Amino acid sequence: MNRILRLSVAAALVAALMSGVLTGSVMADESQDLMFPVPEFSDHPIPTASVPEVQGEVAAVLDVAILFVALCLASYFTLVSRSRRNVLLLTIASLLWFGFWRQGCVCPIGATQNVALAIFDPTYVVPLTVVAFFILPLVFTLFFGRTFCASVCPLGAMQELLAVRSVKVPRWLDHSLGLVAYIYLGAAVIFAATKTGFIICRYDPFIPFFRLGANTDMLLFGSCVLLISVFVGRPYCRYLCPYGAILRVLSCFSKWRLSIPPDTCINCQLCEDVCPYGAIHPPTVTQSPQRRRKGKRQFVIALLAAPVVVAVFWWLGTALGVPLSQWHPESRLAEQVRLEELGVAETTTEASDAFRGSGRSVQELYQSALARRDDFVTLGGLLGAWTGLVIGFKLIHLSARRRRDDYQADRAGCVSCGRCYWYCPVEKVRLGLISDVSEALPDGQMPNGPLVQLTVGGKES
Amino acid sequence: MNGEKQTDRRGFLADGARVAGVVSAGVLGGFLAGRRGQAEENRWQIDPDKCVGCGNCATHCVLDESAVKCVQCFDMCGFCNRCTGYYTLDGLDSRDTAAEDLLCPTEAIIRTFVEGKAGQNFYEYTIDTDACIGCALCVKGCALMNGSLYLQVMQDRCVNCNECAIAVACPSDAFVNVSSDKPYRLKRVALGVMRQKAGKADKAAQKLIDQVQADE
Repeated sequence: MNRILRLSVAAALVAALMSGVLTGSVMADESQDLMFPVPEFSDHPIPTASVPEVQGEVAAVLDVAILFVALCLASYFTLVSRSRRNVLLLTIASLLWFGFWRQGCVCPIGATQNVALAIFDPTYVVPLTVVAFFILPLVFTLFFGRTFCASVCPLGAMQELLAVRSVKVPRWLDHSLGLVAYIYLGAAVIFAATKTGFIICRYDPFIPFFRLGANTDMLLFGSCVLLISVFVGRPYCRYLCPYGAILRVLSCFSKWRLSIPPDTCINCQLCEDVCPYGAIHPPTVTQSPQRRRKGKRQFVIALLAAPVVVAVFWWLGTALGVPLSQWHPESRLAEQVRLEELGVAETTTEASDAFRGSGRSVQELYQSALARRDDFVTLGGLLGAWTGLVIGFKLIHLSARRRRDDYQADRAGCVSCGRCYWYCPVEKVRLGLISDVSEALPDGQMPNGPLVQLTVGGKES
Repeated sequence: MNGEKQTDRRGFLADGARVAGVVSAGVLGGFLAGRRGQAEENRWQIDPDKCVGCGNCATHCVLDESAVKCVQCFDMCGFCNRCTGYYTLDGLDSRDTAAEDLLCPTEAIIRTFVEGKAGQNFYEYTIDTDACIGCALCVKGCALMNGSLYLQVMQDRCVNCNECAIAVACPSDAFVNVSSDKPYRLKRVALGVMRQKAGKADKAAQKLIDQVQADE
């Protein structure tokens, strides 16, 4: 029945078109694609469709201003007023504003991709707000440590509030998983630069909660990350966040950073026990000469092995060309069309149907897909080399020995959350909560180890 | 003494790295701002000539109510009595406006009688933007006739995501980044018609053309 009707409509259309052509209608001359010319009404003007204007940019400018103020406040609370309570309040405020109200957009983590695309594609116009969002936290980190992570980032805030029962992650696992963030960063840059996709945004585990809706996969992934963050402090920040990977490096060179006791470390170990992120290092012990010789040998081996690791991973990366290029929708389309042409595919997809309606030739599509595959072989090599570089650097870094006389926050790993302030007996004395440090220690035990005078940078004076 | 030297060297390195970091952040910012030049920022838009009316716009937008809406280009519309964008093919026969005969699931198309001429009735089909969900059922239907109904991203609703979720799901690559000073696109045919109309000093048509990408 339906088919008959459709046929009759088609016949009517053809007839109408023919009559239009025959009578030489004025409208048909003006635009030959119209089957039915627009009628001339006696007293009804033909309306014109209207479309709404672009939304104002005020909101974006406001966001940059709020980000700047939040970064200033976060740095002030962690480094000057040393108030964990205020940091926590700011964390909640950031979560509400940047997370739930602004729905996680714009965020510096995603902005990384815009910047990568803007560098590689001259035609892409990157909004200045996005540039500001990318650069501001970087500059703040160079001066004040990771105060952005502490209480401005909504993703960090979400996990910070959930880190209630943290267990200690074994060092080897912590170091290995920490590499993932750098590989993710490399992949995100490559995919953004080739316009394959913005994977950071696509796989943001907290977006389902910020927007209160997402597909099942994302909801599951997000729920898992949230569940894990109850037991493992900030799993996304430590093991996945690509922007955190950049901040990690910059934070090593920060001018000022969080120091655990305000002045004298009594080596009570309370801060190390309480840090959910495993970012506090105990004082080092004196090494035997044999141990030191072994350490030096390890360092030399790591130094020599690094270039080999880079080369091996570069070679492995080149093999990733095909799977990587499959992330690009056009490569997938080419594969589908190839299967259809061979008669292997039983059904067509929406994309292949659209392609066949577009008038593009199959050969052209294949050529484009092949060129893309070649690009991804090169890019896969680069991604592999980057991975090798990160692993090599990690090996060297782990073999290098540093001397610490007291408990210190890890320059890279510390997210400046200020939790340790709450537990530091010296801090409690400073605040006038107790009169003597021994009151805060279990069983009234006296501080062991040397009493070291500290400066703001956590260094010996 | 040795420790002091160590601290100095480390401090010097850190200072150097910091200065380099700030300088490179500045250079990057300047480079991106300079690269930006005179061009306007980008917005997401649908190229109506590429759109296949798959319906993904209604379901994949990150907003609860899709930013994509149907637009009626009246200058392309035939003001038909039997509108294939309005009626289902079964409904065409009866021309009864009962819900089961209509394509639009939300009754977003409003049909108004305009004039009876030479034994034929002409109707105007306007879109109630608030009711429209961007499902493209009418767009697909209208493609049987003049194709005057087409989808557009409404720029007062779109939040301009980094990566448009509909663009990822679009099978025909119809989502494009356009300059924000010309945030809309017209169908190739519509653009021709509108240009002629604008030539007759139609201000509304001129305004619409100013809003659309007119580089074809």
